[in-house]
Amino acid sequence: MHITEELSERHVLSITVTNEAGILAKIAGLFTARGYNIESLTVADISDNHQVSRITIVTNGPPRVIDQIIAQLDRLVPVHNVADLTANGPFVERELALVKVAGTGEHRIEALRIADIFRAKVVDTTTTSFIFEITGPTDKVNTFIGLMRELGLVEVGRTGIVGMVRGRD
Amino acid sequence: MSELSGAEILLQCLVDLGVEVVFGYPGGAVLPIYDVLYNHPTIKHVLVRHEQGATHMAEGYARSTGKPGVVLVTSGPGATNAITGITDALMDSIPLVVITGQVATQLIGTDAFQEADTVGLTRHCTKHNYLVKSPDRLAHIVHEAFHIATSGRPGPVVIDIPKNVQVATAPYERPDLSNHVSYRPQLKADPALIEQAAAMIAAAERPIFYTGGGVINAGPEASTLLRELAELTGAPVTSTLMGLGAFPASSDQWLGMLGMHGTYEANMAMNKADLIINIGARFDDRVTGRLDAFSPASKKIHIDIDRSSINKIVMTDLGIVADAASALADLIAAWKKAGHKAADLEEWWARIAGWRARKSLDYPDGGAEIMPQRAIADLFKATRGRDTIITTEVGQHQMWAAQHYPFDAPNKWLTSGGLGTMGYGFPAAIGAQMGNPDSLVICVAGDASIQMNIQELGTATQYRLPVKIFILNNEYMGMVRQWQELTYESRYSESYSDSLPDFVRLAEAYGWTGIRIEGPQELEAGIRQMIETPGPVMVDCRVAKLTNCFPMIPSGAAHTEMLLDPSQISGTLADEAKALV
Ligand SMILES: Cc1cc2nc3c(=O)[nH]c(=O)nc-3n(C[C@H](O)[C@H](O)[C@H](O)COP(=O)(O)OP(=O)(O)OC[C@H]3O[C@@H](n4cnc5c(N)ncnc54)[C@H](O)[C@@H]3O)c2cc1C
Ligand SMILES: Cc1ncc(C[n+]2csc(CCOP(=O)(O)OP(=O)(O)O)c2C)c(N)n1
Repeated sequence: MHITEELSERHVLSITVTNEAGILAKIAGLFTARGYNIESLTVADISDNHQVSRITIVTNGPPRVIDQIIAQLDRLVPVHNVADLTANGPFVERELALVKVAGTGEHRIEALRIADIFRAKVVDTTTTSFIFEITGPTDKVNTFIGLMRELGLVEVGRTGIVGMVRGRD
Repeated sequence: MSELSGAEILLQCLVDLGVEVVFGYPGGAVLPIYDVLYNHPTIKHVLVRHEQGATHMAEGYARSTGKPGVVLVTSGPGATNAITGITDALMDSIPLVVITGQVATQLIGTDAFQEADTVGLTRHCTKHNYLVKSPDRLAHIVHEAFHIATSGRPGPVVIDIPKNVQVATAPYERPDLSNHVSYRPQLKADPALIEQAAAMIAAAERPIFYTGGGVINAGPEASTLLRELAELTGAPVTSTLMGLGAFPASSDQWLGMLGMHGTYEANMAMNKADLIINIGARFDDRVTGRLDAFSPASKKIHIDIDRSSINKIVMTDLGIVADAASALADLIAAWKKAGHKAADLEEWWARIAGWRARKSLDYPDGGAEIMPQRAIADLFKATRGRDTIITTEVGQHQMWAAQHYPFDAPNKWLTSGGLGTMGYGFPAAIGAQMGNPDSLVICVAGDASIQMNIQELGTATQYRLPVKIFILNNEYMGMVRQWQELTYESRYSESYSDSLPDFVRLAEAYGWTGIRIEGPQELEAGIRQMIETPGPVMVDCRVAKLTNCFPMIPSGAAHTEMLLDPSQISGTLADEAKALV
């Protein structure tokens, strides 16, 4: 007997929650307990009085499972709202990465040239290394890191994505 | 304003919330609370023998009275012992408030004596949980916990209270709970959807009501409304294990329970229906069987208070988020307002009559041994007309009770459906008896299950609770043995109940009456004696050992592939089916 799996879609969920102890464990734990995937997760306080946080989760699953994830999140007591950015029309998604590259000669020059094309900023430099700061959608960050791999990639740090619906509301 | 200690605030909240009984067990981390409970004028404390017992008692109390069940246990082992019952309550949507002691706030995280991360451990087996860090927050949290446990889809809520918070003081004022920032269960259905549902029911040729525990959760008026709607539409009604009693089994429109051990007519009608109206049931795998073969030709309406139940397993054509009682009232009003008339269902009922004629619950009787089904049927006959509450343990006896003990009213049938917890039934009977002192409360048990919380015999003795335990003793973990017979060519690996105690003498050791029923000729008199003997009674009813529970839909099979009798057992199953529970 073999175990089969359904085809998945990637969705970006934006969740507002009451900022209480254990809320992150509750949300992350719901994903593990019910076998849902988390590709990335970010959290930050977003209100003046520190009472509400926004959690952005990138997940993937068949449409049926995505719908369940939203319903399951929505019924947690501290959850105010769950928005499926992917389903709600056009939205902006961004993440930030720090990418350390070491090398000399042609490789070093090529790394700088590519960084320029990607509008990555140099935030630290020595004679044999750079740290680039790049922001953009996940695809762009992935491509940049892929190119740097050939040019002496040492280390990567990524924030995970934040997202917001385009337009007025 | 004068201040109260955290423990006093807790008790004052319980009084203000109308709590009459608390099931608990003391320990170091709850001593301040126990001190306030000492000679308390209104709150009765039931001292259990194991914290799991307390949680199931609270469940039994809650399900039989409609009020929340309250549990009080100490930190560490007290809390971990309570976890099975908390999980059981989550699975079956039972409102519980479980108060756990915790080490003092400054000791949390230091591996202090009897410290356990109760909030962490119960995060996924509660509807919500709290760690109270200051007595100022306590009153609000306790009131909110009761609100959350009892409203929307009911469930267990844990309040973890560190010992120093129980001792420290704060002013007490009854909190105002209106307008929770994020928790607002939807009770009222969208009227447009209700109208659509009424029209779909009126137009259906082969409709069926598939009702569940949600109708019981919605209170007795939901059951009354269900009867009215069924009558207006003339459609047949089936129910899950959890919903039994919401619709009277004595009605002509009743098809019996559906699902794995449901009746042939209920499952066939589900399979052939053109419209299923699901009210407060969650398409559990015991009910659907093989999903791609589940009621293939029907449209589905699903009314549920929890949006996550809708489209979780079976895709619905019309999902309605609402409380069952409110939605039923609206449906009836919409039906009348639109002038719908019951459709002509004569042909549909004729087909159902054909399935009924298979008499799927029949069993061979009249031999030298007591058939377990006969024991249940006789139990029903003997208790008919009395105000009886039946609880069960888990196994074949549970299914036989569901099949052969018909219920006409809600809140009289208490069983562990979702988690299937052996050890539930006996403490649940104690809890039900606490809440219903005048009812006849009987726990139908198996010889294996009853041993899981047998220590609670002492609790019933202490509080003079006249509960009855009716053990269908087949000397096996019968349900496990049956699956082994079906799936593993009768290799009965570890399913024999060896070294059983003498249940009669065990009963007597606790001050109970013990009765043994050995053969068919003793059955009726034995049951009568059990009912007529005042005080708690344990009956060891010896039944035919290798009886199987039929009908049965094997895991992974369609409703139409139901096994009706032993001759259909093959002894093996494909790996795909073996992999399902
Ligand atoms: C050995 C064994 C065998 C079993 N065999 C069977 C079987 O043959 N047939 C069977 O049916 N079951 C069987 N079960 C039980 C099964 O596992 C499930 O527990 C049961 O089917 C679930 O019942 P339910 O769908 O009514 O849901 P419940 O668990 O009772 O859930 C209630 C549903 O109603 C909703 N709800 C709650 N409150 C409200 C409200 N106020 N208004 C509206 N909706 C509300 C909830 O959100 C939930 O979706 C068996 C269990 C065991 C242990
Ligand atoms: C706590 C727990 N452990 C294991 C099981 C698995 N299980 C389900 S039914 C059953 C056998 C029950 O035997 P018994 O109580 O004698 O009842 P019978 O089936 O013979 O009527 C077992 C072991 C369970 N449901 N609960």
